[in-house]
Amino acid sequence: MSDIILLLIVLGVTFITGSIIEKKHFENIKKREIALIKKPIVNFGAKTWHTNKKIKKIELVTGECVISGDYFKNFVASLKNFFGGRLTTFESVLDRGRREAVLRMREKARGANFIINARIESVMINDTYGQESVPQCAIIAYGTAITYE
Amino acid sequence: MISKPPFDDNIKAEVMKMILTNIETVPGMNIVAQYGLVTGSTVRAKNAIKDFGAGLKNMVGGELKSYTELLTEARKEAIARMQEQAVKMGANAVVNVRLATSSVTVGAAEVYAYGTAVKVEPKG
Repeated sequence: MSDIILLLIVLGVTFITGSIIEKKHFENIKKREIALIKKPIVNFGAKTWHTNKKIKKIELVTGECVISGDYFKNFVASLKNFFGGRLTTFESVLDRGRREAVLRMREKARGANFIINARIESVMINDTYGQESVPQCAIIAYGTAITYE
Repeated sequence: MISKPPFDDNIKAEVMKMILTNIETVPGMNIVAQYGLVTGSTVRAKNAIKDFGAGLKNMVGGELKSYTELLTEARKEAIARMQEQAVKMGANAVVNVRLATSSVTVGAAEVYAYGTAVKVEPKG
């Protein structure tokens, strides 16, 4: 009995803290995305990109982020996994991580005119087959920042 | 043999000047020679205390700052090793750089960087 109570307490606490952290993070991401809305970023350019303008600086820019879900999200996902369907709790975690990594890359290229050939690379860094596996995802975003003269 | 990133001063100066792109050319420059594939990889882990902290952070979710730091260090080191190799070949740029990550074990990150070492000259 005490086990169930403990589980409920942990679930309740992690639900509250997890949703507060997620809400704050999403607000932060939206604010920064709006600030960067006029800086174009494209994922083509490796083969087809051409310009007649003089180029001042070319540089590889990267952004990293390691994001994890919380205990509550994991619990809900493991229940949902039984019935199948969308695991919305994990979708939001990965979405946050990717957007954060891309934003960090773009913020490093503040002075550049735009970023071409942007790529996003991600890997799960925990043991996904073990017990209590809260997903942890490491994400690297990288691209080439171009600055005109 | 794998050497650690602060390299000797000669190589360091070359590395600082080196151009990296992940597209197939360097815009505004001509590729005059190519030296083939250069790679750099690193596997890094944080200490047990930070792992424990990350384990706690796992309960409430959010970004794991210490692991992000780890990933940043790993990426820098992998790229530095790749650049060192390119400098030793006589290149002054690496084009078509790709970064790949893989999970080796819990709490450790591998970052792997590879690209083609080339020599570039300004157009005209």
